Amino acid sequence: MARPTSVVDSSPDVEAREADSTNSSQTGGVLGWADDRLGLAKLGRSGLLRKVFPDHWSFLLGEIALYSFIVLLLTGVFLTIWFKPSMAEIEYDGSYQLLKGLPVSEAFASTLNISFDVRGGLLVRQIHHWAALLFVAAAFVHMLRVFFTGAFRKPREVNWLIGIGLMSMSLIAGFAGYSLPDDLLSGTGLRFVDGLIRSVPIIGTWAEFFVFGGEFPGSILIPRLYMVHILLVPGLLLGLVAAHLALVFYYKHTQYPGPGRSDNNVVGYPLFPVYMAKAGGFFFIVFGFLVLMGGLFQINPVWLYGPYDPAKVTAGSQPDWYMGWVEGAIRIMPNLESHWGPTTWSWAIFLPGVGLMGLLFGALAVWPFVEAWLTGDKREHHVLDRPRNAPTRTALGVAGITCYAMFWLAGGNDIIATRFHLSLNAITVFMRVAVFVAPVIAFIVTKRICLSLQRSDRERTLHGSEDGVIVRSPEGGYSEAHVALSQDEAFALTQHLQHEPLAVSSDTDDAGVAKKQQVGRVRAALSRWFLGADVQKPTVREIEHADHHGELPEVESSDDGKPQLH
Amino acid sequence: MSHDNLPVKDPDLSHVVADPGIEEHIERFTDADKGAGNRAYTAVLLMLAAVPVLAIAFVVIYFAVPRDAYIDFGWLHASAMNVGLGATGGLAVLLIGVAAIQWARALMGDHESVEERHSVASNADDRALIAQQFADGVEQSGVKRRPLLLGAIGGALGFSVIPAVVLFADMGPHPVKKVRRETIETTIWAEEVLLLNDVNWLPLRPEMLEVGQLVNAQPETLLELHGTEYMIEKAKSPIVVVRMDPESIRIPESRRDWQVSGILAYSKICTHVGCPISLWERQTHHLLCPCHQSTFDLGDSGLVVFGPAARALPQLPIRVNEDGYLVAQSDFTVPVGPSFFERDSRNDFVKGDN
Repeated sequence: MARPTSVVDSSPDVEAREADSTNSSQTGGVLGWADDRLGLAKLGRSGLLRKVFPDHWSFLLGEIALYSFIVLLLTGVFLTIWFKPSMAEIEYDGSYQLLKGLPVSEAFASTLNISFDVRGGLLVRQIHHWAALLFVAAAFVHMLRVFFTGAFRKPREVNWLIGIGLMSMSLIAGFAGYSLPDDLLSGTGLRFVDGLIRSVPIIGTWAEFFVFGGEFPGSILIPRLYMVHILLVPGLLLGLVAAHLALVFYYKHTQYPGPGRSDNNVVGYPLFPVYMAKAGGFFFIVFGFLVLMGGLFQINPVWLYGPYDPAKVTAGSQPDWYMGWVEGAIRIMPNLESHWGPTTWSWAIFLPGVGLMGLLFGALAVWPFVEAWLTGDKREHHVLDRPRNAPTRTALGVAGITCYAMFWLAGGNDIIATRFHLSLNAITVFMRVAVFVAPVIAFIVTKRICLSLQRSDRERTLHGSEDGVIVRSPEGGYSEAHVALSQDEAFALTQHLQHEPLAVSSDTDDAGVAKKQQVGRVRAALSRWFLGADVQKPTVREIEHADHHGELPEVESSDDGKPQLH
Repeated sequence: MSHDNLPVKDPDLSHVVADPGIEEHIERFTDADKGAGNRAYTAVLLMLAAVPVLAIAFVVIYFAVPRDAYIDFGWLHASAMNVGLGATGGLAVLLIGVAAIQWARALMGDHESVEERHSVASNADDRALIAQQFADGVEQSGVKRRPLLLGAIGGALGFSVIPAVVLFADMGPHPVKKVRRETIETTIWAEEVLLLNDVNWLPLRPEMLEVGQLVNAQPETLLELHGTEYMIEKAKSPIVVVRMDPESIRIPESRRDWQVSGILAYSKICTHVGCPISLWERQTHHLLCPCHQSTFDLGDSGLVVFGPAARALPQLPIRVNEDGYLVAQSDFTVPVGPSFFERDSRNDFVKGDN
C-alpha cells in the first residue's frame, strides 16, 4: 500500500548547481583533471617528486641492467612480428644465396628472413642479442657491487633475494632465446641441455621426455621455448623488476660514507628534475650504445653456422658468456658415473651442471643471513661499507669471483689451447686444480690487501698523509712532511662500525639454571674468523693524542697555497 | 612523519671524528662563469638539434640503400644498411642521452639536499593494531569454535592442486620400459642396413677406405624418413667408420667379427652429453669431442682416454654383404648417447673386457 509522501516545510535549494570546482581551479589544466580523478597530488606530501637519490657511478650498474631489459622488451616485440617458432621443415628460399634450397626449420628460415629481407631486421636482432649479454653482465656486476658494499644488510635482505630470482630468471631467458633460431650452435646447446636433464637421478628420463615432448630433438621444443622466452620468463622478470625497484624506492637508496651521511639520512639530488634527467639520459646512452653495437659489431651470425643438424658440430662451440662457467665445470669434471644394478647415475654431468648452479644461487641467497648470524648485527644499515672494512666478506667475494673465473676459463679450454699453443689435456688438468686452489690464494691475498688498507686508513687518520714535497735537511737527510686530513676525510675513514667477534655466551642464567645458549662455541669461532682480523680504527683518545703531542707537525698555508713546515 | 621512527637510535655510535656535516657547496665553472654556462647551454642545444638530422638520415638510408650493398672498409665488412641504420639511429639516441645528462650536470642546480630516513619497521602501536585486527578477524571467522574448518579448507585447496598438476601429464610420452626400448634405447640400424657416406650418400665399400681414414656414415634407412622422425633418428644413428692397421690396434676376442679387416664402426654420438664427435687423430687413433673434449680410443674398443665422458663409444658390428658393401650386422648392442637413469650400463665395454 502506498504511504503518503512526507512533506517538508522548508525545501532545500533545488536549483541545479555545478560541483565545487575550487580544487581543479587551483591546479588547473591537465594536472587538475588528473588529480580530480586519481588524487595523485596527495603523493606530493611524501616528497615524491623531490625524493633524494645519492650519486655514485657504481649505482649506475643496476640501471644499465634495467635499461638493457627495456631495450630487450622493445626489440623483442619487433622480432616477434616476423619470427616463426616452428621446427617444421621447409626449403629455404630467401635472399641468402649460400643456403638456398636447403631443408631448414621455419625458425631458422624466419631468422634469416629477419636478418636479410626485413630492412633493419638484422640491426634489431643484433641489438637484442647485445642487450641480452649486457643485461646479464650488468646484473652480475651490480650484484657484486651490492655484495662488496654490504648493501644487502638489514633491511634489504628481501630485495637481495628478489635480485637472486632476477638473476636466475635472466639466465633462463637468455638461454631460451639463444636456442630459438635453431642454428647449429643453438642446437648443440640444446643437445647439451638434453644430456643435462637426462643426468638428473631418478626423474631425468621423464623430465627429458616431458620437456622435449619425447625424444630429442622432437618437434615441439622451440614453440615451448618461445613461450618461455617471450611470455613466461619476461612476465616473471617484469614483476620481479617492479618489486625490486619499488623496494629501492621504499627504502631510499643506500649511500657511501662521507661527511653529513648517516644511517638516518640520505644526501643527494632530487628525483625531479636532476635524477629524471640523469637516469632518463642514461637510458638513452645505454640504448644508443646498444644500437651502435648492433650496427657495428656482428653477433650470432646464424647463417654462417647453418641450420641445426644433430650429426654435425663445430669446434670451438661455446655458449653465451653467462653459461660459460657451467660449460667449464662440465668440461673439467672427472668422468664419475655409478652403475648400480640396472641404473646409471651420471655424476659427471649432474654435479657440475645442476649442482653447481644450485650451489651458487643457494650460497648467494643465504649469505645475508649467514653474515648477520656471524656478526650478531641487528641494526639497519643505510651507509655502505667500504669493501676494506669488511675484509673477510670482501675476500670471500673475490674468492668467489676467482672460482667463477676459473670455471669460466675452463669453458674455453679448447680456445686457450689453440690460441696459446698449449696442451688441451694439460689445461684441463690444471683447471681441475685451479678451481680449488686459486680461490684460496685470492682469499688470502685479498684479505691481506684489505687489512693493509685498513692499516693505512688508521695511519692517515692519526698522522695525516704525505704532502708530496721531499725536503732535504742541511745535514743531507730527506724527509716528507705529513698534512693532517680534512675533517671530512677523517670522518669518512673512521665513521664505520667495527663489530666485536661474538663471545661464547653462558648456557646458564644468573641463578645457574640451564637455558638456551645464544652463542655456541662454533658460532663464536666462526665469528672470530669473520671479524677477528680487523685492524682497530683509531679511538677518540688516540686521535686527540696524535693531535696534541706534536706527532703531526703544524701546517699552515703560505700565500701560494702550498703547505709549509715551521 | 615523526622523528621517533629513525632507522637507528644512535647514528653517532661508532664515530670517533665528529660528523662535519655536508661538504660546502662549490660553485661549478658553469655557475661562476657566464660564458662557460652559455657554452654548455649551446652544446646541449646543438646535440639535441643533431637528433632530427640523424633521424632523417636514418629514414633516407632505410629507403635508399639497397639491401645487398656491402661495406668493405678496414676491419668493417658488413651490410651497408645495417651499419648506416645502426650508426645514425645509435648516435641519435646517444645524443639525447648525453644532452640530458649534460643539462643535469652543468646547468641544473647542484645543491645537495638531505632527506631523513624512516625505519621500515612500524611502531609498536601499529604492530599492536594489526595484531588486534587479525585477532578480530580470526574471532569473526568462527574457526576458534569450529576448528575443523581450517584444516578442511587447507586440505581441499591442497587436493585441488592435484588435477592442475595432472593436466601436465601429457607434455610428453611416458618413458616406461616399453617406450624407452622403442625410443632412446634403439636406433634404425639393423641387419643388412647399408652404411652410407654422409656427404654423397653413396654406400661404403671396404676398398674406399685407406688405413687411417675416417668417414662419417648414416644408415641407408635414414633417407626414408622426413621431418621430426628424421631429426630424431639422425640424432642417434650417425656413426664413424674408420680403418686402422689391425696390427696396431687391440681387437677383443668378443668383437673379432664385428669388423672387416681393420674397418670398425662406432657411434658418433658422445656418451657424455650427446655431441657428434668429430675430431680424429689419425696417428693415435683418438677421437675427440669438440664440445667437452672427451677423448675415445678407437683402437681400443672406443674406451675413454680423457675427459668427462664415462662410457666407451658403442661399437656397431659390421660386415661385407654379397655385393661387397659394408652393412650392419644388427643394431648397437647398447643404447647410444648420453646416460640416463634407467640405462642398464652393465653391458657396456669396459677396460679389461675381452
